[in-house]
Amino acid sequence: MKLGKIIEIVEGTPLFEFDLDQEIPCGGAADLMSDVLALVEPGAILLTGLCTPQVVRTAEMADIAGIIFVRGKQPMPETIALAREKGIPLVATALPMFEACGRLYQAGLRSCDISCRIPWRTAGDAEETDR
Amino acid sequence: MAEVTRLHELTYEVKIGDVMTRQVITVEPRTTMAELRAILRDHRISGAPVLEGDALVGIVSVEDLIKALVAGEMGASVGEKMTRNPVTVRADESVVMAIKYFNRHGYGRFPVVDARGKLVGILTRGDIIRGLLRQLEEEYHREEALRYRVSHIFEELISDLTSITLRCRVEAQDFESAGDASSKIKRALSRLAVPPQIARRAAIVTYELEMNIIIHTTSGGEILAEIQPDRIIIRAVDTGPGIPDIEQAMQPGFSTAPDWVREMGFGAGVGLNNVKRCADEMLIESPNAQYTSVKVVIYLDHERRPAEKAA
Repeated sequence: MKLGKIIEIVEGTPLFEFDLDQEIPCGGAADLMSDVLALVEPGAILLTGLCTPQVVRTAEMADIAGIIFVRGKQPMPETIALAREKGIPLVATALPMFEACGRLYQAGLRSCDISCRIPWRTAGDAEETDR
Repeated sequence: MAEVTRLHELTYEVKIGDVMTRQVITVEPRTTMAELRAILRDHRISGAPVLEGDALVGIVSVEDLIKALVAGEMGASVGEKMTRNPVTVRADESVVMAIKYFNRHGYGRFPVVDARGKLVGILTRGDIIRGLLRQLEEEYHREEALRYRVSHIFEELISDLTSITLRCRVEAQDFESAGDASSKIKRALSRLAVPPQIARRAAIVTYELEMNIIIHTTSGGEILAEIQPDRIIIRAVDTGPGIPDIEQAMQPGFSTAPDWVREMGFGAGVGLNNVKRCADEMLIESPNAQYTSVKVVIYLDHERRPAEKAA
Protein backbone atom coordinates (compact mmCIF):
# COMPACT_ATOMS: atom_id res chain seq x y z
CA MET A 1 0.00 0.00 0.00
CA LYS A 2 1.31 3.47 -0.89
CA LEU A 3 2.31 5.73 1.99
CA GLY A 4 0.00 8.44 0.61
CA LYS A 5 -2.97 6.05 0.75
CA ILE A 6 -2.12 5.12 4.36
CA ILE A 7 -2.09 8.79 5.38
CA GLU A 8 -5.46 9.29 3.68
CA ILE A 9 -7.01 6.30 5.51
CA VAL A 10 -5.91 7.49 8.97
CA GLU A 11 -6.78 11.12 8.08
CA GLY A 12 -3.18 11.97 8.94
CA THR A 13 -0.99 15.03 8.45
CA PRO A 14 2.58 14.67 7.17
CA LEU A 15 4.92 16.52 9.57
CA PHE A 16 7.30 17.47 6.77
CA GLU A 17 7.67 16.79 3.06
CA PHE A 18 8.49 13.25 1.93
CA ASP A 19 7.79 10.76 -0.86
CA LEU A 20 4.13 9.68 -0.71
CA ASP A 21 4.59 7.06 -3.43
CA GLN A 22 6.72 4.81 -1.27
CA GLU A 23 5.30 1.27 -1.11
CA ILE A 24 4.65 -0.02 2.44
CA PRO A 25 4.37 -3.82 2.75
CA CYS A 26 2.93 -4.02 6.28
CA GLY A 27 2.28 -2.26 9.57
CA GLY A 28 2.86 -2.71 13.27
CA ALA A 29 1.87 -0.91 16.48
CA ALA A 30 3.71 -0.67 19.81
CA ASP A 31 4.60 1.82 22.52
CA LEU A 32 7.50 -0.18 23.88
CA MET A 33 10.62 0.26 21.84
CA SER A 34 11.90 -3.25 22.53
CA ASP A 35 8.62 -4.57 21.18
CA VAL A 36 9.15 -2.56 18.03
CA LEU A 37 12.64 -4.02 17.66
CA ALA A 38 11.28 -7.51 18.25
CA LEU A 39 8.16 -7.45 16.12
CA VAL A 40 8.40 -5.10 13.21
CA GLU A 41 9.65 -6.11 9.77
CA PRO A 42 11.99 -3.93 7.71
CA GLY A 43 10.05 -1.49 5.53
CA ALA A 44 6.99 -1.44 7.81
CA ILE A 45 5.01 1.55 9.02
CA LEU A 46 4.92 1.96 12.81
CA LEU A 47 1.93 3.30 14.74
CA THR A 48 2.84 4.54 18.20
CA GLY A 49 1.82 6.82 21.03
CA LEU A 50 5.39 7.57 22.00
CA CYS A 51 6.77 10.88 20.71
CA THR A 52 10.40 10.98 21.91
CA PRO A 53 13.41 11.07 19.56
CA GLN A 54 14.02 7.46 20.64
CA VAL A 55 11.15 6.38 18.39
CA VAL A 56 13.09 7.68 15.40
CA ARG A 57 16.30 6.03 16.62
CA THR A 58 14.43 2.77 17.02
CA ALA A 59 12.96 3.12 13.53
CA GLU A 60 16.44 3.71 12.16
CA MET A 61 17.83 0.53 13.76
CA ALA A 62 14.89 -1.62 12.68
CA ASP A 63 14.70 -0.21 9.10
CA ILE A 64 11.18 1.10 9.67
CA ALA A 65 9.84 3.08 6.69
CA GLY A 66 7.68 5.61 8.54
CA ILE A 67 6.00 6.51 11.84
CA ILE A 68 2.40 7.50 12.59
CA PHE A 69 1.76 9.24 15.94
CA VAL A 70 -1.77 8.47 17.16
CA ARG A 71 -4.32 10.27 19.34
CA GLY A 72 -3.36 13.77 18.22
CA LYS A 73 0.04 13.73 19.89
CA GLN A 74 2.63 16.14 18.55
CA PRO A 75 6.21 14.88 18.66
CA MET A 76 8.93 17.05 20.17
CA PRO A 77 10.85 19.31 17.74
CA GLU A 78 13.99 17.18 18.33
CA THR A 79 12.04 14.14 17.16
CA ILE A 80 11.04 15.87 13.93
CA ALA A 81 14.56 17.19 13.34
CA LEU A 82 16.09 13.73 13.76
CA ALA A 83 13.51 12.10 11.47
CA ARG A 84 14.17 14.72 8.78
CA GLU A 85 17.89 14.04 9.05
CA LYS A 86 17.39 10.27 8.80
CA GLY A 87 14.76 10.53 6.06
CA ILE A 88 12.08 8.74 8.06
CA PRO A 89 8.57 10.10 7.28
CA LEU A 90 6.47 11.25 10.26
CA VAL A 91 2.68 11.52 10.26
CA ALA A 92 0.27 12.70 12.97
CA THR A 93 -3.33 11.52 13.27
CA ALA A 94 -6.11 12.41 15.70
CA LEU A 95 -7.45 8.83 15.64
CA PRO A 96 -6.82 6.62 18.68
CA MET A 97 -4.42 3.69 18.22
CA PHE A 98 -7.15 1.05 17.97
CA GLU A 99 -9.08 2.83 15.25
CA ALA A 100 -6.01 3.84 13.23
CA CYS A 101 -4.81 0.22 13.20
CA GLY A 102 -8.30 -1.11 12.52
CA ARG A 103 -8.85 1.13 9.51
CA LEU A 104 -5.52 0.18 7.95
CA TYR A 105 -6.03 -3.53 8.56
CA GLN A 106 -9.52 -3.36 7.08
CA ALA A 107 -8.14 -1.58 4.03
CA GLY A 108 -5.84 -4.57 3.46
CA LEU A 109 -2.55 -3.55 5.08
CA ARG A 110 -1.18 -6.74 6.59
CA SER A 111 0.27 -7.09 10.05
CA CYS A 112 4.00 -7.59 10.21
CA ASP A 113 4.75 -10.15 12.86
CA ILE A 114 6.78 -12.65 10.86
CA SER A 115 9.79 -12.32 13.08
CA CYS A 116 7.72 -13.34 16.07
CA ARG A 117 6.96 -16.70 14.53
CA ILE A 118 10.45 -17.36 13.20
CA PRO A 119 12.33 -15.63 16.01
CA TRP A 120 15.76 -14.85 14.59
CA ARG A 121 14.70 -14.47 10.96
CA THR A 122 13.72 -11.25 9.27
CA ALA A 123 11.85 -10.81 6.03
CA GLY A 124 15.10 -9.85 4.31
CA ASP A 125 16.59 -13.25 5.07
CA ALA A 126 13.73 -15.04 3.41
CA GLU A 127 13.99 -12.91 0.28
CA GLU A 128 17.67 -13.27 -0.29
CA THR A 129 18.45 -16.03 -2.71
CA ASP A 130 21.92 -17.37 -3.18
CA ARG A 131 22.98 -17.32 -6.76
CA MET B 1 33.35 9.75 12.74
CA ALA B 2 36.35 10.44 10.52
CA GLU B 3 36.83 6.76 9.79
CA VAL B 4 33.26 6.20 8.75
CA THR B 5 33.46 9.07 6.32
CA ARG B 6 36.71 7.66 4.96
CA LEU B 7 35.00 4.30 4.55
CA HIS B 8 32.25 5.96 2.58
CA GLU B 9 34.79 7.68 0.34
CA LEU B 10 36.58 4.39 -0.21
CA THR B 11 33.46 2.76 -1.62
CA TYR B 12 33.64 5.39 -4.38
CA GLU B 13 37.41 5.27 -4.87
CA VAL B 14 38.02 1.55 -4.81
CA LYS B 15 37.13 -0.20 -8.04
CA ILE B 16 35.46 -3.59 -8.34
CA GLY B 17 38.59 -4.82 -10.14
CA ASP B 18 40.64 -4.07 -6.98
CA VAL B 19 38.60 -6.29 -4.69
CA MET B 20 37.22 -9.07 -6.93
CA THR B 21 38.50 -12.63 -6.94
CA ARG B 22 40.59 -13.01 -10.10
CA GLN B 23 40.98 -16.76 -10.19
CA VAL B 24 37.53 -17.76 -11.29
CA ILE B 25 36.43 -21.36 -11.39
CA THR B 26 34.30 -21.62 -14.54
CA VAL B 27 32.31 -24.42 -16.15
CA GLU B 28 31.16 -25.09 -19.71
CA PRO B 29 27.59 -25.51 -20.94
CA ARG B 30 28.27 -29.19 -21.63
CA THR B 31 29.49 -29.86 -18.05
CA THR B 32 26.95 -32.17 -16.37
CA MET B 33 25.22 -31.25 -13.12
CA ALA B 34 26.94 -34.25 -11.49
CA GLU B 35 30.33 -32.84 -12.52
CA LEU B 36 29.26 -29.41 -11.31
CA ARG B 37 28.49 -30.87 -7.88
CA ALA B 38 32.06 -32.19 -7.61
CA ILE B 39 33.52 -28.86 -8.79
CA LEU B 40 31.53 -26.80 -6.27
CA ARG B 41 32.41 -29.21 -3.48
CA ASP B 42 36.12 -29.43 -4.29
CA HIS B 43 36.55 -25.66 -4.53
CA ARG B 44 34.12 -24.89 -1.69
CA ILE B 45 32.19 -22.41 -3.79
CA SER B 46 28.45 -22.00 -4.26
CA GLY B 47 28.26 -21.00 -7.91
CA ALA B 48 30.25 -20.56 -11.11
CA PRO B 49 30.07 -18.56 -14.35
CA VAL B 50 29.47 -20.60 -17.51
CA LEU B 51 31.82 -19.94 -20.43
CA GLU B 52 31.51 -21.02 -24.04
CA GLY B 53 35.00 -20.47 -25.38
CA ASP B 54 35.71 -16.93 -24.22
CA ALA B 55 32.10 -15.78 -24.02
CA LEU B 56 30.14 -15.60 -20.78
CA VAL B 57 26.83 -17.35 -21.51
CA GLY B 58 25.36 -17.97 -18.04
CA ILE B 59 25.80 -18.55 -14.33
CA VAL B 60 24.98 -21.65 -12.34
CA SER B 61 24.57 -21.87 -8.56
CA VAL B 62 24.20 -24.43 -5.82
CA GLU B 63 20.49 -23.59 -5.92
CA ASP B 64 20.25 -24.83 -9.53
CA LEU B 65 22.13 -27.91 -8.40
CA ILE B 66 19.64 -28.62 -5.62
CA LYS B 67 16.74 -28.23 -8.05
CA ALA B 68 18.36 -30.70 -10.44
CA LEU B 69 19.05 -33.09 -7.57
CA VAL B 70 15.41 -32.99 -6.43
CA ALA B 71 14.20 -33.50 -10.01
CA GLY B 72 16.65 -36.41 -10.49
CA GLU B 73 18.33 -34.61 -13.38
CA MET B 74 21.96 -34.81 -12.38
CA GLY B 75 22.81 -36.05 -15.87
CA ALA B 76 21.49 -32.84 -17.44
CA SER B 77 23.98 -30.30 -18.74
CA VAL B 78 24.79 -27.02 -17.06
CA GLY B 79 23.66 -25.34 -20.32
CA GLU B 80 20.08 -26.49 -19.65
CA LYS B 81 19.98 -25.55 -15.95
CA MET B 82 21.96 -22.31 -15.79
CA THR B 83 20.60 -18.76 -15.67
CA ARG B 84 21.20 -17.24 -19.10
CA ASN B 85 22.42 -13.68 -19.69
CA PRO B 86 23.51 -13.14 -16.10
CA VAL B 87 23.70 -9.64 -14.61
CA THR B 88 27.37 -8.62 -14.72
CA VAL B 89 29.37 -5.77 -13.23
CA ARG B 90 32.36 -4.04 -14.79
CA ALA B 91 35.83 -4.11 -13.26
CA ASP B 92 36.20 -0.32 -13.68
CA GLU B 93 32.99 0.48 -11.74
CA SER B 94 33.19 1.70 -8.13
CA VAL B 95 32.52 -0.64 -5.25
CA VAL B 96 29.59 1.59 -4.27
CA MET B 97 27.81 0.52 -7.49
CA ALA B 98 28.38 -3.14 -6.65
CA ILE B 99 26.83 -2.61 -3.21
CA LYS B 100 23.77 -1.14 -4.94
CA TYR B 101 23.54 -4.11 -7.31
CA PHE B 102 23.79 -6.59 -4.44
CA ASN B 103 21.00 -4.84 -2.58
CA ARG B 104 18.84 -4.51 -5.69
CA HIS B 105 19.17 -8.03 -7.11
CA GLY B 106 19.73 -10.08 -3.97
CA TYR B 107 22.23 -12.33 -5.80
CA GLY B 108 25.16 -13.85 -3.93
CA ARG B 109 27.72 -13.10 -6.66
CA PHE B 110 28.26 -11.21 -9.90
CA PRO B 111 30.60 -12.14 -12.78
CA VAL B 112 32.98 -9.23 -13.42
CA VAL B 113 33.71 -8.27 -17.04
CA ASP B 114 36.09 -5.82 -18.69
CA ALA B 115 35.12 -3.06 -21.15
CA ARG B 116 34.88 -5.63 -23.97
CA GLY B 117 32.61 -7.95 -22.00
CA LYS B 118 35.29 -10.55 -21.28
CA LEU B 119 35.10 -12.34 -17.90
CA VAL B 120 37.94 -11.14 -15.64
CA GLY B 121 36.76 -12.10 -12.14
CA ILE B 122 33.93 -12.79 -9.75
CA LEU B 123 32.59 -10.62 -6.94
CA THR B 124 30.87 -11.57 -3.67
CA ARG B 125 29.94 -9.38 -0.71
CA GLY B 126 32.81 -11.05 1.15
CA ASP B 127 35.27 -9.78 -1.51
CA ILE B 128 34.02 -6.22 -0.95
CA ILE B 129 34.29 -6.41 2.84
CA ARG B 130 37.78 -7.95 2.67
CA GLY B 131 38.92 -5.45 0.04
CA LEU B 132 37.73 -2.39 1.96
CA LEU B 133 39.19 -3.68 5.24
CA ARG B 134 42.53 -4.28 3.52
CA GLN B 135 42.51 -0.76 2.11
CA LEU B 136 41.70 0.74 5.52
CA GLU B 137 44.46 -1.30 7.11
CA GLU B 138 47.03 -0.06 4.59
CA GLU B 139 45.98 3.52 5.17
CA TYR B 140 46.13 3.01 8.90
CA HIS B 141 49.74 1.83 8.67
CA ARG B 142 50.62 4.81 6.49
CA GLU B 143 49.06 7.10 9.07
CA GLU B 144 50.94 5.37 11.88
CA ALA B 145 54.17 6.09 10.03
CA LEU B 146 53.25 9.75 9.94
CA ARG B 147 52.51 9.59 13.67
CA TYR B 148 49.07 10.77 12.85
CA ARG B 149 46.40 9.52 15.16
CA VAL B 150 42.71 9.80 14.53
CA SER B 151 40.74 9.11 17.60
CA HIS B 152 37.76 10.75 19.14
CA ILE B 153 34.87 8.72 20.34
CA PHE B 154 35.32 6.55 17.35
CA GLU B 155 38.50 4.58 17.16
CA GLU B 156 39.81 2.10 14.73
CA LEU B 157 42.15 -0.57 16.02
CA ILE B 158 43.68 -2.84 13.49
CA SER B 159 45.07 -6.14 14.71
CA ASP B 160 46.95 -8.79 12.77
CA LEU B 161 43.62 -10.08 11.55
CA THR B 162 42.03 -8.01 8.84
CA SER B 163 39.37 -6.35 10.91
CA ILE B 164 38.07 -3.01 12.00
CA THR B 165 36.95 -2.15 15.51
CA LEU B 166 34.53 0.64 16.19
CA ARG B 167 34.55 1.84 19.75
CA CYS B 168 31.88 4.01 21.31
CA ARG B 169 31.74 5.37 24.83
CA VAL B 170 28.22 5.31 26.35
CA GLU B 171 27.37 7.66 29.23
CA ALA B 172 24.97 6.68 32.02
CA GLN B 173 21.57 8.43 31.96
CA ASP B 174 22.44 10.16 28.70
CA PHE B 175 19.15 9.64 26.88
CA GLU B 176 19.79 12.50 24.52
CA SER B 177 22.60 10.70 22.71
CA ALA B 178 20.99 7.28 23.10
CA GLY B 179 21.26 5.43 19.83
CA ASP B 180 24.30 7.37 18.58
CA ALA B 181 26.66 4.45 19.02
CA SER B 182 24.28 2.04 17.30
CA SER B 183 23.62 4.48 14.49
CA LYS B 184 27.34 4.88 13.77
CA ILE B 185 27.92 1.15 13.83
CA LYS B 186 24.97 0.48 11.54
CA ARG B 187 26.20 3.07 9.04
CA ALA B 188 29.70 1.60 9.06
CA LEU B 189 28.29 -1.88 8.45
CA SER B 190 26.19 -0.86 5.47
CA ARG B 191 29.16 0.97 3.96
CA LEU B 192 31.17 -2.22 4.29
CA ALA B 193 28.56 -4.03 2.16
CA VAL B 194 27.32 -6.12 5.07
CA PRO B 195 23.91 -7.50 3.95
CA PRO B 196 21.09 -5.23 5.22
CA GLN B 197 19.35 -7.90 7.30
CA ILE B 198 22.61 -8.63 9.12
CA ALA B 199 23.33 -4.92 9.66
CA ARG B 200 19.82 -4.67 11.10
CA ARG B 201 20.40 -7.52 13.56
CA ALA B 202 23.72 -5.99 14.64
CA ALA B 203 22.05 -2.57 15.06
CA ILE B 204 19.27 -4.02 17.22
CA VAL B 205 21.82 -5.81 19.43
CA THR B 206 23.93 -2.67 19.81
CA TYR B 207 20.91 -0.49 20.50
CA GLU B 208 19.52 -2.74 23.24
CA LEU B 209 22.96 -3.03 24.88
CA GLU B 210 23.49 0.72 24.59
CA MET B 211 20.11 1.39 26.27
CA ASN B 212 21.02 -1.07 29.05
CA ILE B 213 24.20 0.86 29.81
CA ILE B 214 22.35 4.19 29.76
CA ILE B 215 19.53 2.95 32.00
CA HIS B 216 21.23 0.64 34.47
CA THR B 217 24.81 1.77 35.12
CA THR B 218 26.15 4.42 37.45
CA SER B 219 29.01 5.58 35.27
CA GLY B 220 28.45 4.26 31.79
CA GLY B 221 30.47 1.85 29.70
CA GLU B 222 31.72 1.08 26.27
CA ILE B 223 30.51 -0.67 23.15
CA LEU B 224 32.95 -2.23 20.73
CA ALA B 225 31.98 -3.63 17.36
CA GLU B 226 34.65 -5.67 15.65
CA ILE B 227 34.00 -6.41 12.01
CA GLN B 228 35.88 -9.35 10.55
CA PRO B 229 35.45 -10.70 7.02
CA ASP B 230 33.17 -13.49 8.25
CA ARG B 231 31.60 -12.19 11.47
CA ILE B 232 30.70 -9.21 13.62
CA ILE B 233 31.63 -9.34 17.30
CA ILE B 234 29.83 -6.86 19.55
CA ARG B 235 31.03 -6.32 23.11
CA ALA B 236 29.36 -4.17 25.73
CA VAL B 237 31.25 -3.68 28.96
CA ASP B 238 30.09 -1.39 31.74
CA THR B 239 31.30 -0.24 35.11
CA GLY B 240 28.48 -1.66 37.17
CA PRO B 241 26.50 -2.35 39.21
CA GLY B 242 26.32 -5.85 37.78
CA ILE B 243 23.44 -8.31 37.49
CA PRO B 244 22.94 -10.52 40.61
CA ASP B 245 20.85 -13.14 38.78
CA ILE B 246 21.47 -13.36 35.04
CA GLU B 247 18.92 -16.12 34.51
CA GLN B 248 16.24 -13.90 36.03
CA ALA B 249 17.38 -10.91 33.93
CA MET B 250 16.96 -13.00 30.78
CA GLN B 251 13.29 -13.77 31.62
CA PRO B 252 11.00 -11.86 29.25
CA GLY B 253 9.20 -9.19 31.21
CA PHE B 254 11.65 -9.06 34.12
CA SER B 255 12.79 -5.49 34.57
CA THR B 256 14.34 -3.32 37.25
CA ALA B 257 13.91 -0.12 35.22
CA PRO B 258 12.34 2.83 37.07
CA ASP B 259 8.97 4.21 35.93
CA TRP B 260 10.38 7.26 34.19
CA VAL B 261 12.43 5.00 31.93
CA ARG B 262 9.31 2.98 31.14
CA GLU B 263 7.52 6.16 30.21
CA MET B 264 10.13 6.65 27.52
CA GLY B 265 9.18 3.32 26.01
CA PHE B 266 12.10 1.39 27.45
CA GLY B 267 12.66 -0.98 30.34
CA ALA B 268 9.94 -3.45 29.33
CA GLY B 269 12.20 -6.35 30.24
CA VAL B 270 12.59 -7.88 26.79
CA GLY B 271 15.85 -6.18 25.78
CA LEU B 272 18.20 -9.05 26.54
CA ASN B 273 15.79 -11.41 24.80
CA ASN B 274 15.92 -9.21 21.72
CA VAL B 275 19.71 -9.38 21.87
CA LYS B 276 19.63 -13.16 22.13
CA ARG B 277 17.17 -13.45 19.25
CA CYS B 278 19.40 -11.46 16.92
CA ALA B 279 22.64 -13.12 18.00
CA ASP B 280 24.21 -16.30 16.64
CA GLU B 281 26.21 -16.56 19.88
CA MET B 282 25.73 -14.66 23.12
CA LEU B 283 27.72 -14.68 26.34
CA ILE B 284 26.69 -12.59 29.31
CA GLU B 285 28.78 -12.36 32.45
CA SER B 286 28.57 -10.41 35.65
CA PRO B 287 31.40 -11.51 37.96
CA ASN B 288 30.27 -11.07 41.59
CA ALA B 289 27.61 -8.70 40.25
CA GLN B 290 30.35 -6.03 40.00
CA TYR B 291 29.88 -5.13 36.37
CA THR B 292 28.35 -6.63 33.23
CA SER B 293 30.01 -7.83 30.06
CA VAL B 294 28.04 -9.02 27.05
CA LYS B 295 29.60 -10.57 23.97
CA VAL B 296 27.58 -11.25 20.85
CA VAL B 297 28.70 -12.89 17.61
CA ILE B 298 26.77 -12.54 14.35
CA TYR B 299 28.04 -14.51 11.35
CA LEU B 300 28.02 -12.85 7.93
CA ASP B 301 28.03 -16.16 6.15
CA HIS B 302 24.86 -18.24 6.43
CA GLU B 303 26.78 -21.47 6.14
CA ARG B 304 28.93 -20.72 9.18
CA ARG B 305 25.93 -20.11 11.37
CA PRO B 306 25.64 -22.74 14.11
CA ALA B 307 23.36 -25.60 13.07
CA GLU B 308 20.51 -24.98 15.51
CA LYS B 309 20.10 -21.42 14.25
CA ALA B 310 20.35 -22.30 10.57
CA ALA B 311 17.53 -24.86 10.80
